[in-house]
Amino acid sequence: MNARARNLLGLALVGLVGAGFLILTPRFAELDTVLDLTVYMIMAILALSLALVWGYGGILCFGQSAFFGLGAYTYAIAMFNFGESTIPLLLAIALPAAFAALLGYFMFYGRISDVYLGVITLTVTLILFNSVNSTAGPEFHIGVARLGGFNGIPGIPPLNIPGNKAAVIDLEGMFYLSTAALLVTYFGLRLLLASRFGRIIVGIRENERRAELLGYDPRAYKLATFTIGGALAGFAGCLFANWGNFVSPTIFGLAQSAQIIIWVIVGGRGTLIGPIVGCIGVQWLSAALGANQPSGSDWWTRVLANAPLILGIILIAFVLLVPRGLVPTLGDLGHWLLRARARRVATGLRPKQAEEG
Amino acid sequence: MDLIVLLAIQVIYAIASLALISVGLAIIFGMMRVINLAHGEFLMLGGYAAIVATSHGVSIWIAMLVVAPVVVGIIGVIVERTIIRFLYGRMIDTMLATWGLSLFLVGLTTAVFGNTTVGISAPLGSFQIGAYRTSGYTLFVIAVALVLLGGIFAVLRWTRLGLIARGTMQNANMAAALGVNPPRVYAVTFGIGAALSGLAGAVLAPVSGVFPTIGVAYVAKSFITVIGGGAAILTGTVSASALFGTINQIATFATTPVFGEVALLATAIVLIRLLPQGITGRFFRRGL
Repeated sequence: MNARARNLLGLALVGLVGAGFLILTPRFAELDTVLDLTVYMIMAILALSLALVWGYGGILCFGQSAFFGLGAYTYAIAMFNFGESTIPLLLAIALPAAFAALLGYFMFYGRISDVYLGVITLTVTLILFNSVNSTAGPEFHIGVARLGGFNGIPGIPPLNIPGNKAAVIDLEGMFYLSTAALLVTYFGLRLLLASRFGRIIVGIRENERRAELLGYDPRAYKLATFTIGGALAGFAGCLFANWGNFVSPTIFGLAQSAQIIIWVIVGGRGTLIGPIVGCIGVQWLSAALGANQPSGSDWWTRVLANAPLILGIILIAFVLLVPRGLVPTLGDLGHWLLRARARRVATGLRPKQAEEG
Repeated sequence: MDLIVLLAIQVIYAIASLALISVGLAIIFGMMRVINLAHGEFLMLGGYAAIVATSHGVSIWIAMLVVAPVVVGIIGVIVERTIIRFLYGRMIDTMLATWGLSLFLVGLTTAVFGNTTVGISAPLGSFQIGAYRTSGYTLFVIAVALVLLGGIFAVLRWTRLGLIARGTMQNANMAAALGVNPPRVYAVTFGIGAALSGLAGAVLAPVSGVFPTIGVAYVAKSFITVIGGGAAILTGTVSASALFGTINQIATFATTPVFGEVALLATAIVLIRLLPQGITGRFFRRGL
């Protein structure tokens, strides 16, 4: 099987599994399971945004949660002011994208190196967190929407079908919407990466100087990648605000940023399916560990129900032992096993000959 | 007039505390090119070490100035031996692994000490400036920062250890050829950097209290101070602390502490855009 056929097979498989999941889940699962799965889908879109920016663009962004949070807040504030969800949805994508473009301009056109880039994105996230956190008083409002500071904004109106204010999307509808959005994002990114643009950004990741000498401007391409990533994260933020009808500054927080990075590194940089798997796996794991908390007084339950502790161990273990992530490593293992079998088949006759001879 | 003196003390205190929280990181980053995102947790552990020691009857001065740096220094050496040494030369991976370490330490201290703020009361009382009163402990923090920076300068400039450290920093292969053992130098350097962070965390513990996630409050500030300062460890830390500390304190005075912090971080971003090599990449280039 050559690479092209394998590629098509993979795409078809993802499409089939995705479509099956989309159609079958609400029919067979309880509503609360569907609700949990919805947030996994939303976070998977967020994971994909970093998969593009970091995994393919080679830009280590510690502040993807800044765009996520910005999207969520934009949607919430615009929703209170407009009452109809079409413009808020578009704003929740456009504003984080514009912010990413501005920040990216500072970073890429300043030719700041990889490592400093991480620190700057981290700093920006903290600035947003601190500023929003301190807007608790009634004097902080945009239009009729109060920012709420550390209390967050409760009771955000849900999305509605464009143009029809009364037709709000219910919980099940949210599941369909999020899953469909995830599938569209996945295939959209596959298409983008297969295009000329996608080849160039991967080329820049591999060797920026060489790409530049070939006549491509890495700064512009990185800026474009970063902006697309920001827009995607903002979109995920908008869906998230819908899912819980609530946003609070913790979605800007470092813990949130850390999670996104962990999803991508666990799943594998340089793949799209990896971060989705990593995202769902890690979230499921933390939910399962957090749920096993009968008394909360026992030392072991305190350790096991402790998300930072577990996430920290996962991150260290993956960086040291599986630096490429699960999906590429498993892929390698599969290749190796296939080839080992091929070798055994090819050499299978020799020992017998030796016995006879 | 009194207000100006008070403001001056506050500004100098802001500078001193920035220098204090950054200097351990500056040593680790400047000498080993390792970005230690668990730096804030080293400060946090220093605070806890001091508090636990005082609650067991150790004098607060010994707890802060001896116990905390020793404990965190030992933790630092263990971390270097078990995690960091496998990742030299892989900057991004070091960053990620130390971030994992930071989460791990937050989780661990939450499990052990609970998610509440513990404090020790600041010794030294307060004194009068005209119509205002300010804490004597402020002056103590400033003094500690001065002594620490002076001590580091003396060690780097005049001792054999400092010479070896500076040599390894400039060219590890050459130092190895001359009989120095770079892995050992790295382990010791990391330990010293961690110990200084522990000391800083303990000295600031009476001011801010200690809780498991306090590291987050420190880590961004100390990072931008180190990166804003640039390659020279001491000159860089001092000049960047002076710039950021002044801006932070004046903005705090004019508005609220939160926006003081925001002003600090925003200045840092603009500074890095203008001087990507940090302050000492352009000015004071021959500094230590």
